[in-house]
Amino acid sequence: MNGFVDRLLGRVPLSGVLAIVAPVLAILFAAVVTSLVLLLTGSPPLDTILLMAEYGVRPRTLVLTLNAATTFYLSAIAVAIGFRMNLFNIGVDGQYRLAALIAAAVGGAVVLPGPLHIALIIVVAVLVGAAWAAIAGILKVTRGVSEVISTIMLNAIATGLGAWLLTQWAVPVSGSNNIGTRPLPESAHFPGFELIPGTPLKVFGFIVIAALVGIGFHVLLNRTVFGFNLRATGRSEPAAVASGVDVKKMVVAAMVISGGLAGLVGMPQLLGQSYTYSLDFPAGLGFTGIAIALLGRNNPVGIVFASLLWAFLDNSAQILDLEAIPKEIVTIMQGTIVLSVIVAYELVHRYSQTALQRRVGRELGEVKA
Amino acid sequence: MKPAVELRGITKRFPGVVANKNIELSVATGHVHAIVGENGAGKSTLMKILYGMQRPDEGEIRVNGEQVSFRTPADAIAAGIGMVHQHFMLADNLTVLENVILGSEPRRFGGIDFAAARAKIKEISATYGLNVDPDALVEDIGVGERQRVEILKVLYRGARILILDEPTAVLVPQEVEELFGNLRSLVEQGLTIIFISHKLDEVLAVADAITVIRRGETVASVQPKDVTARRLAELMVGSELPSPETRESTVTDEVALEVSGLSMSKDGRPLLSGVDLRIRKGEVLGVAGVEGNGQAELVEAIMGMRPIDSGSIRLLGEDVTAWPTLRRRERGIAYIPEDRHRHGLLLEAPLWENRMLGHQNRRPNAKGPWIDRAGARRDTRRIVEEYDVRTPGIDVTASALSGGNQQKLIVGREMSGEPVVLIAAHPTRGVDVGAQAAIWDHLRNARAAGLAVLLISADLDELIGLSDTLKVILRGRIVADFDPAEVTPERLGSAMTGAREVA
Repeated sequence: MNGFVDRLLGRVPLSGVLAIVAPVLAILFAAVVTSLVLLLTGSPPLDTILLMAEYGVRPRTLVLTLNAATTFYLSAIAVAIGFRMNLFNIGVDGQYRLAALIAAAVGGAVVLPGPLHIALIIVVAVLVGAAWAAIAGILKVTRGVSEVISTIMLNAIATGLGAWLLTQWAVPVSGSNNIGTRPLPESAHFPGFELIPGTPLKVFGFIVIAALVGIGFHVLLNRTVFGFNLRATGRSEPAAVASGVDVKKMVVAAMVISGGLAGLVGMPQLLGQSYTYSLDFPAGLGFTGIAIALLGRNNPVGIVFASLLWAFLDNSAQILDLEAIPKEIVTIMQGTIVLSVIVAYELVHRYSQTALQRRVGRELGEVKA
Repeated sequence: MKPAVELRGITKRFPGVVANKNIELSVATGHVHAIVGENGAGKSTLMKILYGMQRPDEGEIRVNGEQVSFRTPADAIAAGIGMVHQHFMLADNLTVLENVILGSEPRRFGGIDFAAARAKIKEISATYGLNVDPDALVEDIGVGERQRVEILKVLYRGARILILDEPTAVLVPQEVEELFGNLRSLVEQGLTIIFISHKLDEVLAVADAITVIRRGETVASVQPKDVTARRLAELMVGSELPSPETRESTVTDEVALEVSGLSMSKDGRPLLSGVDLRIRKGEVLGVAGVEGNGQAELVEAIMGMRPIDSGSIRLLGEDVTAWPTLRRRERGIAYIPEDRHRHGLLLEAPLWENRMLGHQNRRPNAKGPWIDRAGARRDTRRIVEEYDVRTPGIDVTASALSGGNQQKLIVGREMSGEPVVLIAAHPTRGVDVGAQAAIWDHLRNARAAGLAVLLISADLDELIGLSDTLKVILRGRIVADFDPAEVTPERLGSAMTGAREVA
């Protein structure tokens, strides 16, 4: 069972072609299931998928997809760092919302030159996210509270706390009956790129930060002693303890890093689009991150593809309502993809493990003979 | 009369190893038939085949003269074969009755017929003199009684042929006597028992027939009256028996590790009480004891993996009692853990990452906060070479290696970085004879080079052969000291069970 969880959470690497085969198989399988559902609901599957594909590659949709993927990516990386050491940070959702709210309030209250202003907001967000996650980490190491439970609870508390803080700091958003934090001044706007011709919509500049976070994640995990300790703890806690890893310290550290990264999740939206934290600030991104982290096997490259796929499905589905096809069909598809990916990874892993043992046996047999 | 169980030409291969080769075995009805062999000789695989947990690659199985082919243990149970596992499979929070019927509950009116079950259990218990109270909670009963519950469970399912896998490993001597009494009354009633063990005295005491397995092959079938324990041991290990004996003393005056007044308890129950040890450079201190008498706790206390209540641990004169595990390791304590899969390896990680484990903060594996991949990989290749780890490369996962090769990797890793003290817990458990000899060699060489070794082992010959000093641990106390040059396994054994306590 434990081995299965290891594979599920990507602590066991799949190498070469097999790493690609599994997700492709899973997506094909999900397409079949979705087609069946479409047939049952009376919509033609092929036409629906073509419709989505056609809409999905329009310049405007592409920009929206990239922007959504940036956010998803950060969220999934925040989840993944916990997963890699068997720590289930279900609280990314609360962490990023609280972080974005407080960072937005701080950012709206000060006037600073551009880069400094942006840096301040990001630092505040990271600190708030880290602090909120640290509560769960400390509860786990001092009182043995499961981080799954405590982070879910902290999500609920963050929702309440956020709502109350918002009423304290809110100003009306002009032209609506929405309320939000004081809008960020021009100096705090993160510049975007007009990357895709044919639309005035800009790609979030934060996509660069997301890419840096991905690289940092890889380096931290695979090239540092800290990352080795983290992965060792995830693979086998008793072995990590015997090797001298201070597991309690690692739990708090991983939780803090995960929460700090979660703090970044709201930043593309805040600094690149809305410039205020209002009642309609996107929620639930933390949970999307969990699904995407699983889909991408907690691997920084895998998560890139998973985020893009997820964002593409989300955005290209917008056309469906206009054609009187329920766009919830995409949610079914996303769910099926995650489930079938898990099954496919397991199958591929078993196959490759037996193949490895056979290979070792064969090569040793030859050596002996 | 047809034999109860007959195995002909059973062969089972696993990747890289032949676990059973052409096994021939014939067990007469109404006999206690012992199967003996060293750890890793293939006894367990053979029994798994007979119990339907593994399928043989070749050969045939006959039960009461009829050829059978088991796909699952359920098939074996249906054929009247039951297995009592070495590790009990009982739910602590259920009663004996509930445990026994779990999975084969008698039904009545859609509910469970407890009355019928209780009657049947009492009947079985009385017939075979098992003396089991069906309404006791399993968590309240002792080890011996738990084992009887396991036997009852098997009998309840109609087994006429019982496989007992190392049944005495967890028992104290009196319980062993009791178990043997039970076994005799079982065979008197016409049941057949296959008894797996590597404890020769016990085998000679209880068996009607003995089959010896060595390296996956049946090497002899003998009658207990025709053999001595010594002859059996020779059969078990063959002529190539490596001797664990060390020759001249290399003990110096310099104390490397000193443990004084070490005590530890859990929930008010003492696990270690006032343990004192001194190991000098170049000395091997052996600790003998029946498993579960505080050896694991002693090791974990010295490694800093478990908090202690009182006492002190000094390494080269320096008080390390309050140090975390990492710092102790860095100052020169090496550790070969008892359970290599749990504490010694990351099974799903490649060999070179396993090389880093426990040494991940040091050269050649790390430079400051950064991992030195090239250095770690180079040094892994060195270990593979020097310690003869049979592997196609250093990128395969540890789980792909055999137990002996995994252990050689661990020994090589722990010997690197110039350790001062080596804690070796059951260093040759479950490894093949070749690896065993190699590991003994490495321990001897390290001792000659001035390493202080704390050796914990269940193998008394290994302890007597390798140690310069022997201590016996019983219920968390050091109860006896022996000179390995003079002690016999028998005397050691009686001290281990408290039959002859020395103050």
